[in-house]
Amino acid sequence: MHKKLSVNAIQEGTVIDHIRAGQGLQILSLLDILKEQQQITIGIHLKSRSMHFKDLIKIERLFLTEAETAEIALFSPMATVNVIRDYQVCHKYKVQLPSKIEGLFKCPNHLCIVNSEPISSCFDITASFTKVFLRCVFCGHLSSREEMVL
Amino acid sequence: MQQRNSSCATHFETRLTKRHLISLTDLSKSEMERIFALAQEIKLGNAPPSLGGKILASCFFEPSTRTRLSFESAMLRLGGNVLGFAESQVTSAQKGESLLDSIRVIGSLADVIVLRHPKSGAARAAASVTSTPVINAGDGANEHPTQGLLDLFTMQELLGEVQGLHIALAGDLKYSRTIRSLILALRHYPIRLYLVSPPELPLPREMVQSIRQAGIKFSYHEDLFEILSKIDILYMTRRQAERSNDSLSIPYLLKKEHLDKVKPTLKIFHPLPRLAEIELAIDTTQHAAYFQQAANGLFVRQALLAMMLEG
Repeated sequence: MHKKLSVNAIQEGTVIDHIRAGQGLQILSLLDILKEQQQITIGIHLKSRSMHFKDLIKIERLFLTEAETAEIALFSPMATVNVIRDYQVCHKYKVQLPSKIEGLFKCPNHLCIVNSEPISSCFDITASFTKVFLRCVFCGHLSSREEMVL
Repeated sequence: MQQRNSSCATHFETRLTKRHLISLTDLSKSEMERIFALAQEIKLGNAPPSLGGKILASCFFEPSTRTRLSFESAMLRLGGNVLGFAESQVTSAQKGESLLDSIRVIGSLADVIVLRHPKSGAARAAASVTSTPVINAGDGANEHPTQGLLDLFTMQELLGEVQGLHIALAGDLKYSRTIRSLILALRHYPIRLYLVSPPELPLPREMVQSIRQAGIKFSYHEDLFEILSKIDILYMTRRQAERSNDSLSIPYLLKKEHLDKVKPTLKIFHPLPRLAEIELAIDTTQHAAYFQQAANGLFVRQALLAMMLEG
């Protein structure tokens, strides 16, 4: 039986690979590109040698900003970004967890000032093994990434 | 009348000028000890240089007795002036003005802002919009750094060395900002901690992490009375009903009869106000430290203001 690619190659754009299985749709939502005209291909629960299962996203004619890469790292710290030009991977890099993130999440602490004043949230980020933790710089509340709400 | 003593000038080797005090993570151990040394000098009657012409803005969006009056007394005794408010009802917060807009204006009217607010993180947010030093006088369930300072100052005054002490923190560990600040003050010292609370009021995860990172040995307990004979200091707090939707029962009721088998040197602390968690009969025993604790707030705050506003 011939092995076949589940997803076709793109000419120019970005492939986000090694996304934690089940997080692909979350990352698509995060990037907020569904309203754009780019062709997007997404694979969910693809078999992976390194991760057992992974998600994957291919986006035609879109290149990620540093801020977007940082946001992806929060949901999938092991993800890799492939920059594609003329069907070739011209640049490949692992996402890096930022040390801080502003404005993305609400603070889970109902007593926190950011939930009642016009202030952008801000969190210091740390990681322990594969678990990501966020500490509100205002109230000090510590949460795992899974506890955070966009 | 307090004498002005030039030897107080040596305490200003450590400058806190133009700095905010939002959390006790903002102060190193040596800075805290400099504040205590100056507070002790002031308590002995040796006043630091005058803060004549300086203005303290006392901004209390939440009720206070001790903290507000202590800060205002401290500033007046240092020769400075005070303006401000004791409740949010008299401010433009009632018209919907944001806290940060208020702070931007207040910062231009005073040399230091002392802020108490019902929301956690309010002091940090305020400090982000003004270069005028902000002193956190209590922000929600987050911190109360000057309380932490006076608590530690009093512990050292009563028991000498803090290192090696067995200290129980009991009551509402979840919402008590004084507990959080005290832990951050104590993190510099090798002590043994007992975290005593009902199951619904545990110490938050980030504070447990702070204790671990400091290398302090600690244990959890629900029964206060099983550890009373082991400890040197009992720090009790009331249930912070204003911050939670929990039921209003008092976690622990300490009675004089419970002190029969404690160490003779045991000291009982409480940040006040207390409800019924400490029986009145304990007030006249050698164990009660809470009123001395409250009185020391004046000297610690005088020292802090002097170091922040000097020059």
